[in-house]
Amino acid sequence: MSTDRTLVVVSAGLSQPSSTRLLADRLSAAAARELQARGHGVSVETIELRDHAHAVVDAMLTGFPTGELARAMETLTRADGVIAVTPLFTTTYSGLFKSFVDIVDPDALAGMPVLLGATGGTPRHSLALEYSLRPLFTYLHADVVPTSVFAATDDWAGEGDRVNPLPRRIERAGTELAERVAARRNDGPADPFANAPSFSDLLGGA
Amino acid sequence: MQFGIFSVSDVTTDPTTGHTPDDTERVRAMLTIARHADEAGLDVFATGEHHNPPFVASSPTTMLGYLAGVTRNITLSTATTLITTNDPVRLAEEYAMLQVISDGRMDLMMGRGNTGPVYPWFGQDIRQGIPLAIENYALLRRLWTEDVVDWEGKFRTPLQGFTSTPRPLDGVPPFVWHGSIRSPEIAEQAAYYGDGFLHNNIFWPMSHTRQMVHFYRQRFEHYGHGRADQAIVGLGGQVFMRKSSQDAVREFRPYFDVAPVYGHGPSLEDFSEQTPLTVGSPQQVIDRYGSFVEEVGYYQRQLFLVDHAGLPLKTVLEQIDLLAGEVVPELRKIVEAKRPADDVPLNPPTHAERVAAARAAGQVAATHVGDTADPYTGTVAEEPRPTVRSGQAFGL
Repeated sequence: MSTDRTLVVVSAGLSQPSSTRLLADRLSAAAARELQARGHGVSVETIELRDHAHAVVDAMLTGFPTGELARAMETLTRADGVIAVTPLFTTTYSGLFKSFVDIVDPDALAGMPVLLGATGGTPRHSLALEYSLRPLFTYLHADVVPTSVFAATDDWAGEGDRVNPLPRRIERAGTELAERVAARRNDGPADPFANAPSFSDLLGGA
Repeated sequence: MQFGIFSVSDVTTDPTTGHTPDDTERVRAMLTIARHADEAGLDVFATGEHHNPPFVASSPTTMLGYLAGVTRNITLSTATTLITTNDPVRLAEEYAMLQVISDGRMDLMMGRGNTGPVYPWFGQDIRQGIPLAIENYALLRRLWTEDVVDWEGKFRTPLQGFTSTPRPLDGVPPFVWHGSIRSPEIAEQAAYYGDGFLHNNIFWPMSHTRQMVHFYRQRFEHYGHGRADQAIVGLGGQVFMRKSSQDAVREFRPYFDVAPVYGHGPSLEDFSEQTPLTVGSPQQVIDRYGSFVEEVGYYQRQLFLVDHAGLPLKTVLEQIDLLAGEVVPELRKIVEAKRPADDVPLNPPTHAERVAAARAAGQVAATHVGDTADPYTGTVAEEPRPTVRSGQAFGL
């Protein structure tokens, strides 16, 4: 079995440069360092949802993703681990982030190690990760790591939390993700045709 | 290859005029469209079945029974018949009746339906869609092939000593297609019975259609009905044509941009690239549709959606004329030249071919059950059947 692992970053930041992307990159770097320390080759692929914003809406209206978005979906479902980071808008994940999750195949993230991150203006929003993002991924049967990372504006100045500062939270979350990714290798999405029941099974189950 | 049209029977406002047909106008337009398709020489007219506005096609066999009387050559079909929410006993009766009335000039396509509330309205659960399709169709086949049926299943009242009448024409049931977009289980079902499989790919990229058809073909061979390339395949499609492609795009874009199914989404150009939608000249349609054989292998039926999105009746009739006059003759030549072998069926089986095959295999069932004197009238119902002309029942 190959020891190479692919981490896929989903970043829903809208501005460029984006603090959401900055947090996503820190998280993926921490997980990659830990995986490399364990002897794994690591590649990181990043999906910037801003690039796919129109295609996401089109997919919701037509029922299928096309072009670059279809390729991004394929990349996501073949990942060994996912880092999903969104800005918090009006108390929860951004609409674009949720729309993207809505068009992902509901089975695609089952068992997938996922690290959650979010950015916001003040630390008073930090629990949004726990009451909105975590249940969303639990519903999809993802394997969400215990530590999710919220970065408020002040965190980037190192003033947000002097007891448990952002870099330490990032390291801990990255290590948790790396442990899960190291222990599991994604063989890609199940082939719907290979797993189709035979007709005698269908008749028996009818 | 057969070429025809299928309708979803939507009542949609014409965005260029603001005109919305009422239900009566729309039903009558469908009748006109079907008769025109017959006169123009298309091979198939298929109606959808829906039980919710804005669709009007709730009673397919009533519509097709009338059309059997007023058309001459066109094969009448469905796209699709709801095998999940209809009682299979009623389907057996209604479609055997249609088969008799049309003198075998019909077939039908099973589908599950995709409108959530229709299931509970008819006493069913959408989560049981596949098991319903499997059980109901198994019963439907028995009702057509066995004279007296004892049956018990999960979804319907048991039957003891039930005979569905009229018995199928010449003792041979209608040919059946199964339509599915995403479910390998339905392709498996079609393959198991050696029935036809139609992938209605109008909203899907060809890469997906190719996979589904390939799976059906492999399983058709697995179940011993012939080689994979001999399986009976159909595809959907949608086109809008004018002599020049610029005119076609200019005229169709206002309809596309606000159409209930894809409006306000991808551009006409993006959607055309990803799906079989082709808006342009007849030659563009010939080029595009002539290439699908490369993707799915030689197939036997190509259906086009032409009467949707609020297009006026006159325009739809013009589309049928362009299809029948300019596209089909040329397209037929191109695709039939690509048929891989002479023993790959050119078309789906006709009733006459199915009767000949059933006779050769000794599988012709009774055309009447209970050949005894009627205890009440003393007469025998079964008399030699005079040759009937299609439409005779309507005094035509």
